[in-house]
Parts: sequence; C-alpha cells; structure tokens
Amino acid sequence: MKYTILLNISLLAGVLVPGILQVPLLAQDDRDALLLLEKVDKNLSSESRIFESSMTIHGRRSDRTLTSKSWSKGEDSALTEYLSPASEAGTKMLKLGDNLWIYTPAADRTIQISGHMLRQSVMGSDLSYEDFMDDRKLTEMYHAAALVKDTLRGTRVLVLDLTAKVNDVAYPRQKMWIDAEKHVPLRQEMYARGGRLLKRIELYDVQRIQNRWFPTRMVYKDMLKTGGGTEFRIESIVFDAEIPAYLLSKAGLR
Amino acid sequence: MKKFLFKGILRDKGRSLLPVIVVSLGALLTVFLYSWVTGVLGDSVEMSSNFEGGDVKIMTKAYAAESNQFPNDLALLNVDALLEELHSVFPEVDWASRIRFGALADFPDSLGETRGQGPVAGWGVDLLSENTREPERFNLPAAVVRGKMPEKPGEVLLSEDLAARFDVGPGDVFTLFGTTMEGGFSFVNFVIAGTVRFGTTGLDRGAVLMDLEDARSAFAMEDAAGEILGFLPQIHYDEDLAQEIAARFNDHFNQYTEEAGEDAEFSPTMLTLSQQEGMAQILVYSKAVSAMLIFLFVAAMSIVLWNAGLLGGLRRYTEFGVRIALGESKSHIYRSLIWEALMIGALGSVLGSVAGIVLVYIFSARGFDFSGFIQNATILIPGVVRPAITPAIYYIGFIPGVFSMVLGNMLAGIGIYKRETSRLFNELDV
Repeated sequence: MKYTILLNISLLAGVLVPGILQVPLLAQDDRDALLLLEKVDKNLSSESRIFESSMTIHGRRSDRTLTSKSWSKGEDSALTEYLSPASEAGTKMLKLGDNLWIYTPAADRTIQISGHMLRQSVMGSDLSYEDFMDDRKLTEMYHAAALVKDTLRGTRVLVLDLTAKVNDVAYPRQKMWIDAEKHVPLRQEMYARGGRLLKRIELYDVQRIQNRWFPTRMVYKDMLKTGGGTEFRIESIVFDAEIPAYLLSKAGLR
Repeated sequence: MKKFLFKGILRDKGRSLLPVIVVSLGALLTVFLYSWVTGVLGDSVEMSSNFEGGDVKIMTKAYAAESNQFPNDLALLNVDALLEELHSVFPEVDWASRIRFGALADFPDSLGETRGQGPVAGWGVDLLSENTREPERFNLPAAVVRGKMPEKPGEVLLSEDLAARFDVGPGDVFTLFGTTMEGGFSFVNFVIAGTVRFGTTGLDRGAVLMDLEDARSAFAMEDAAGEILGFLPQIHYDEDLAQEIAARFNDHFNQYTEEAGEDAEFSPTMLTLSQQEGMAQILVYSKAVSAMLIFLFVAAMSIVLWNAGLLGGLRRYTEFGVRIALGESKSHIYRSLIWEALMIGALGSVLGSVAGIVLVYIFSARGFDFSGFIQNATILIPGVVRPAITPAIYYIGFIPGVFSMVLGNMLAGIGIYKRETSRLFNELDV
C-alpha cells in the first residue's frame, strides 16, 4: 500500500494560493512530469510496510485521537487494527482487492463495506473508506502535466496537474505540490469532475527512512465538512517487512 | 312587540317550524364541517408534530442548523438536568427526548457474514417507560404488521418493507452499523421484535425504531439527546402558545449562556413547529386551504338560508296584504318581519350549533379511521382523523343561521313597500 495514510493522491488544475511565488516552467513537457511522478511513487510506494500511527480528529466540539497499527502488502492487501481508545480497540479493517471488511469485537460481526458507504467518513475523520483503500501508484492512475515552479512553506516545489487515466479513482483530478529535491508531495488538492475542491492534504515532517523520503505528518481537510480537519501522524514505519499471510486474510480479522 | 312576535313564532308552527328546522340543519352542518376541515388539516400537522417536530423542539443551535442530517455530534448534553428544569418551568408541556440517526442495517447469513445491507433512518424514542406516550404518537400498536412491540432492551421495530426485502422477521438479529456521537464506529446487534408499516413510502422504505436507552448506548450518547420535543396539551397545534413558550425558553437560555460564557453554538434553542424546516410552508398552506374551504362552505350555506328566508317572506305575501288592508303600517310590518327572522334565525342557530357541537365532541373523542383507505399513501397523512374543537365552533353556525335568514327576509320584505292599498282588494280576491 503506497500510503494508507496519504491515501490516494489525486490532483488537478486550479488556481494557486495568492502570494506564493509562481514561475511558469518553460518547455517542460509531459515526460518530465511523468518522471517526477515516478520519483514520488518510488518514495511513497513499497512492496510492504508495517506502521503505527495516530489520527487526531479535530471536531467542532472536541478533539479525539485514535491509534492504530497497519500492515500492507502490495496495492491490494492491507489490515488496520485500532489500538485506542478503549471503545475502538480491537476493531479491524481489512482490504483485499476492491473489498473492505470491518470486524468489531463489540458485535462480534464482520461487515462488508461497499457501494456509497465507501464514500462515507471513517470514524468521523476527514478520510473516507475510499481514501483508505486506494493504494495504487500515482503513475498507474494519473496523467501528469507540469504546471509551475513554486515555493511552499519556504521549500522549492513543482506543481503537477494530474488527470485520471482510469475510471475507478476517487478523485478525477488532483493538484500536487512536490518538494523539488526530496520528491514527496507537500500539498495535495483533490477535485471532483466538475472542478469542485473536495479535499486538501498538507504534508509535513519529511524524514529519511530506509533510503527514501517520507512525510510523517499529514493534515487532511474534507472541504465539504465542518470541523478542524484530521491530523495523521506516523509514529513508526518499516518498509518491505515480512508479513504473515494469514494476517492479510479474513482470518486475520478475528 | 318583540314578546308578541316571539309568542306568535312559538304558537304558529306553520310559520316557524320549517324555517327553524332549515336554519338548525344549516348551522349544524356549518359547525360540523368547519370542525371537520379544521380537524383533518390539523391532524396532518399533528402527525408531522408527532413524528418530526413536536409542537416545540429543543436542539443545540449547531444541530438545528443541520438537523436534516441528524448530526448527533452536535447533540444536547446534560439532558436529565435540562428536562428537570423544563418539567419545572413548563409543567403543562409533555417533554420527550429523542435521538434521530442514519445507519446501515446489516443482515447476516448463517456464518455471520454480510448477506444484505440497507440504509435506515432511525428513531431512538422512549418505548419502554411505564407512562410513555411515544408509541401512541407514532401510532405503533396499530402499525405493527408482524411480531409485537419491543418489551425489553435490545428489541427494535423494523419497517415491514425493509424486513420483507431482506427476508427477515420477528426474532431475527441484525447489526446496526452507525457512528457514535464522537464519530467512532457503532456496531450493535438488535433483535427484531416486530415489523411496522406506517403507510408512507418514505418511512416504510427503511425505518428502525428502538428504545431511547438502546440508542444512547449504541451511539455513546449517555445523558444526551439529539432533540427534545415538547407536546402541548391541546390536540391540535396552537401557534400562539408554542411561540410564547419558545420565547420564554430562548430568553432564559440566551441570558444563561451569555452569563456563563458558554459556547453559544452548543446552547439549547427552542423552535416552534412552524419555525422548523419545511413546516412553515405546510402550516401556511394548511391554514389557507382550511380558510378557503370554510369560506366556500359558509357562503354556500348562507345562500341556501338566504333563499329560505326569501321564500318564507314571499310565502306570506297574502298575509302582508291583509295586514296592510287592516291599516297596519308598511314599516311596522317590515320591522316585525325582520324581528321574526332574527328570532327564528337565532333559535335555529342555537339549536343547530348545540347539535353540531355535541356531534363534534362525540366524533372528536372517537375519531374516524381511514387507515384502510390510505395504505399506499406516499406522504405523511393520518389514518385516524378527528373534527377539531376550537372556539370558532361556538359562533360559526350563527353566520349563515342569523345573518342569512335576516338578509333573506329583508330582501323579501322590500315587496311590502310596493303594495298599493287600492289594488289590495283585487289581489286578495275580496
């Protein structure tokens, strides 16, 4: 799973934030954009990974933090177990291909999530089940077009405009601000087909982990929801780790 | 003269009996049909009140702004203390806490795996308390198609159409998958106690009714409620009283919130039924339709009784001729005619109104059950309707009864002034 945390990455065209230095890239062709996107994929994707994370949901009334441990292998298999708070501890989410199941010890039931439910918020956060599920490489999902050189939070970035080349993506268009040196996204904006901004992700604390750059803190904001967004922190992460096969099967849910 | 005329009316039945009967019937029909129209439209509003809005409803301001989405993360907290205060300040109002929710009903197969799923709109209402009136408000005992009412925690009612779609029935278990007040997962297994059909597509497509405490437990809403509904003692909605109560409540809590420095967004606010989303239009429409129907009926009844008065006056053409011939002045005859009409109209109106009011009280208590005719209705309409008891039933019968009778006689009496004494003997064949 490319990044269960970063979730899918879709982006698209739009207007840059006023005040940010913008210099059009001259003679920058689509091939350059594709190469850049491949470098991003190289940083974010891996054969497998195990990580522990915390997710703080800034609601209108209060904040709430959940911790979880996740195992993922390739693009199709992932398991997340919630560790805290006590009310959520033991709840597991399993993704196998296009299917998603949730097991909860409270009801001792495994429930499949499908259809429009996949677009619903997970645990009241700014992330949807679809966000959690889509772990394909960016280059598999999007055509890239380079837009401009820019600076974001004092870092030189390249802004890519991504348009979906497959139909089964959550966001048909994305716009991505990519660190020009480390080749990781620092900001993503996801848009609907009609051009409406649906979600924004700000990525921080890019660290060197196992010979790759990886953002360890992300703030998601569902633009259609009220609330202060959802902050996702990677507490620890191991890439290309061995994962027992049973864990990424329905048997691993109970 | 008036006493003489009144005695004449009582003694000369040929002159008074038929007009009094006609006026009485007219007044009776006016009173009863006025109550009927008011009652039917009032019952429709009352049904909305019972299911959705109460006569008044308390929510947090933030919840009220998005109430159609049932945002339970913005629900009222410390509900027990709030209810205690409400019972103390507004003892005449019946208060009921409720939790509305949207969720997914998941029906398992024999291995506990998902066999089928459907979205549901749910109510957490007080079903199990000893003196609860909530089942009556939802007309639940009559709406149960299979099984029985929930008798213990963990038992719920499911809409019959949804149950039939997933081939489940009383005794079967399903899992409700929703969101807790804090936004967490809520997975709770419930037993289907019975299935219900309300007769409206919107509700029957996918409704779940459970006890309030079950909902609180499922959605982690201890001492919380999405909304508190207040029901006034009157059968039909009383906008003036509702507004007065809401104004008192809101004044009190606005002041309290300001003094306590609490977040105004989550302070309670009370809305009357007419202030709730979509209800203002329904109430205006209801009043307009009611007023139009009543106007048309009273006008029609007035024309009938006016004609009765007119014919009554014309029928006495010969009598007036004799009286003129005997030397009675035309103006005296005209005045006596009007006085007689006034007395007959008043007598008939009193008798008709009394009979109408008695009928209204009887049928208001019993109600008319039309539920068998509206099983496929797609809108929220009541199965049992009752004529309304309002102050207007005590005077509305007098409008056609007295005014029309007098007007008819006044018109008929104009002919008196056109009679010429010289031609009277010819006219009277003397």
